[in-house]
Amino acid sequence: MSVRTLPLLFLNLGGEMLYILDQRLRAQNIPGDKARKDEWTEVDRKRVLNDIVSTMFNRKFMEELFKPQELYSKKALRTVYDRLAHASIMRLNQASMDKLYDLMTMAFKYQVLLCPRPKDVLLVTFNHLDAIKGLIQDSPTILHQVDETFRQLMEVYCGLSAGEFQLIRQTLLIFFQDLHIRVSIFLKDKVQNSNGRFVLPVSGPVPWGTEVPGLIRMFNHKGEEVKKIKFKHGGNYVTATKEGSFELYGDRVLKLGTNMYSLNRPVDTQTSGASKNSTSRAQQENIAPNPLAKEELNFLARLMGGMEIKNPSGPEPGFRLNLFTTDEEEEQAALTKPEELDNKVINIQAMQDQQRSEELARILGELEVTDQPRWSTSKGDDLLAMMDEL
Amino acid sequence: MFRREHSIPLRGSAAALCNNLSVLQLPTGNLRHFGVVHGPSAQLLSAAPEDGSLVQRQLQAKEGAGVSPTLITQVHWCVLPFRVLLVLTSHRGIQMFESDGSIMVYWHALDTGDAPPVQAVFARGIAASGHFICVGTWSGRVLVFDIPAKGPNIMLSEELAGHQTSITDIATEPVQGGDCMADVVTADDSGLLCVWRSGPEFTLVTRIPGFGVPCPSVKLWQGIVAAGYGNGQVRLYEAMKGTLHVQISAHARTICALDLAPEVGKLLSAAEDTFVHIWKLSRSPESGSIEVEHCHGECVSNTQLCGARFCDPSGSSFAVTGYDLAEILRFSSV
Repeated sequence: MSVRTLPLLFLNLGGEMLYILDQRLRAQNIPGDKARKDEWTEVDRKRVLNDIVSTMFNRKFMEELFKPQELYSKKALRTVYDRLAHASIMRLNQASMDKLYDLMTMAFKYQVLLCPRPKDVLLVTFNHLDAIKGLIQDSPTILHQVDETFRQLMEVYCGLSAGEFQLIRQTLLIFFQDLHIRVSIFLKDKVQNSNGRFVLPVSGPVPWGTEVPGLIRMFNHKGEEVKKIKFKHGGNYVTATKEGSFELYGDRVLKLGTNMYSLNRPVDTQTSGASKNSTSRAQQENIAPNPLAKEELNFLARLMGGMEIKNPSGPEPGFRLNLFTTDEEEEQAALTKPEELDNKVINIQAMQDQQRSEELARILGELEVTDQPRWSTSKGDDLLAMMDEL
Repeated sequence: MFRREHSIPLRGSAAALCNNLSVLQLPTGNLRHFGVVHGPSAQLLSAAPEDGSLVQRQLQAKEGAGVSPTLITQVHWCVLPFRVLLVLTSHRGIQMFESDGSIMVYWHALDTGDAPPVQAVFARGIAASGHFICVGTWSGRVLVFDIPAKGPNIMLSEELAGHQTSITDIATEPVQGGDCMADVVTADDSGLLCVWRSGPEFTLVTRIPGFGVPCPSVKLWQGIVAAGYGNGQVRLYEAMKGTLHVQISAHARTICALDLAPEVGKLLSAAEDTFVHIWKLSRSPESGSIEVEHCHGECVSNTQLCGARFCDPSGSSFAVTGYDLAEILRFSSV
C-alpha cells in the first residue's frame, strides 16, 4: 500500500494520546499548595506534556518517520507509544496503557472513516498539530519543533494527488480493519453503535468539490445541455460552504481531529463480549511465529534511536497516572483482559545476521540510558526491558 | 422495489478497496460464486441461493521479501470463450487460477525496476476481452495476456501505454462481436479514460481526460462508457468519440463500484456514502443520444460500501460488500 502513511498515522495517534493524557491529568489535578508529594499539580501536567511533545517532535525522530516505508504491525507501533508515554515522569500500568491505546486507535479510526475527502486526513492532522501547539505554548523551542514538522507535512503532502490520498486512506483503513472497541464518549454522542460500528451520517455538507446528489444533466453531441432531471437520492445533503486551510495557520473548517475530551466528559472504554471475540479472533490469526519480528525490531531501534528519553532520577517515586476512575477498576481491567496471545517475547536471533545486529546495538547504544530503577514488568514489557538493559 | 435477502457470511471482513466484489454467474444451474478481498487473503464462496449452502476457499497473495504480508488489491473472474479463470492482483504481481481457485496456472511478477521509493507498486484492474485478459499496474501500463483455450501456456502479448498514473479499473464490452470498434476501456487515478479496440495488437481509439479526481470504476455497454468518480459523479460517454452525454451527481462520496446488467442496460453504482443506486441506460431513437433514468436507491446503513455486483444478467438481484463487514449483503427485486 502507500509508503507515505506512517507520519500521518503516528502524528494523529500521538495527538489523540496527548488529548487523553491532558484530560486525565487535569481531572486528577490538585492545586499546587495543597498537593501531597505524590499528587499531580498544574506544573507537573505541563511538564509531562512538554516532555512528551518534545520527544515526539524530535528532529532525528521525525527524519526517520518521514522516510518512505510500509506500515509496520500494530504491535511494533504500540511499542513506540509505550515508550513515548513514558518519556516523562509519568508512569502507566499495563491496563491503563492498553486503555489509552484503545482510545487513541478508535478515535483516529473514526476520524479517517468520516473524512469527507481522502485529502481531509491532512486537515485532521493539522487540527491535531494546532491543538498540540496550544498545549505547549509556553515553550518556544518545542513550538519551533512542531512548526518544523508542520512545514515538512506541507512539503510532503500538499502536492499529492487525490488518487494518492485515496491510497493513503485505504492503507489506514486496512490498518484499522476489524477494530470495534466501544468508547463511552462515542456511544453517548451516538457516533458509535452498541455493536462497536461507527455511525455514517447521510446528511450535512458534501465534501469540497462534490455536488449535492440528485441531479442528472444530459448533453447533445455538440456538448450543449439539453435536459436536467432531478432524482431522489435518499440523503439530506447540503453544499459545502468553504474549504479548510492547508496553510501553517488557518481555519481548518473540519472538526475531526479537534479535542473532544473535556473535564466533564471522562475517557472510558467498554469491552463487550462481542468485541472481545473479534479481537481474540484477530489474535488467533497472529499465533504463527512472526517471521518479521527482526525487521520490526530494526525499525523500532531506528525510530527510537532518535528519541531522547528522559529517564527519571532516583528519589522521585514516578508519578503514576490511572486512566480508569479508581485503582480498583484498573486492577480489575488488568485481570479480565483476554490473554495477549501476541505478547510473547520476540526472540532476537542476534547471531544470525552479524552486521545487522551490530548496527542495532550501535543505535540502541545511542539511547540515553542513566541509572534507573527496574520497574516491574509484565509480559508485554519484555522487549522494552531488554532494550533498556543494553 | 428491492428487499433484503439472507446475507452470506464471510470468514474475514472486506477491505476498504474499490471494486471489492466479484460475482461469477454460471449459465447452468443457479450456483453463484463470490470473491471478496480481506487484505492479505481473498475469500471465494460458492452459494446456492435456495438452501444457502456454502463452499469456501481462501487464497493468499504470493509472498514477497517485504516487511509486511503482501496485500491483495483485487480478485475477479474472467469469462473467456473456452474457460473461466480467476485472477488475483496484489502488491507483488498477478496470479491466475482455475475458476474454483484450486490450481494456480500462471504467475507474473511485477517489474519494480524503475519505481521511485515513494511509489507504491501493485497490479489493479482486471478484465477479459475475447481470449485476452487485461491487467492494470501502478505505473499506468496495462498488461495484455493471451490465454489459450486450456493449459498454462499464458503469454504476455502486449503492454499498453496510455496512462501515466495507476490504473484503477478496466471494462470490456459484455457481448463480444467481431466488428466492435471500441471494446475495452481503461481508467486511472487521475480520472483519465482510454478507449481501445482489442486484437492481436490493441489500438487506442480515444482518450477521455479526467478532471482532478480518480475514476475508481468503469463499465462499457453498447458503445456507452459509464464512469464513476471520486467526487460521487457518474458520467456517460460515447465510446467512439469520447463525447460526454450524461453527468449525474449520483453520490456524496467517492464511488467504489459500478456494475452492468447487460440484458437490460441497467447500471449499478455503489459509493462510500452508504448508498446504492440503479439506473437504466438507453439511447434516444431520434438522436441516438445516451439517456438515463433513475430506477432505485438503497441505503445500506452505516456501511462504507466497497463492492457491488448484479447477481444475474437481468439485474433483478444484486450484492454488496462493505468495509469491516464480514458478510455479503444481498438484495432482490419484488
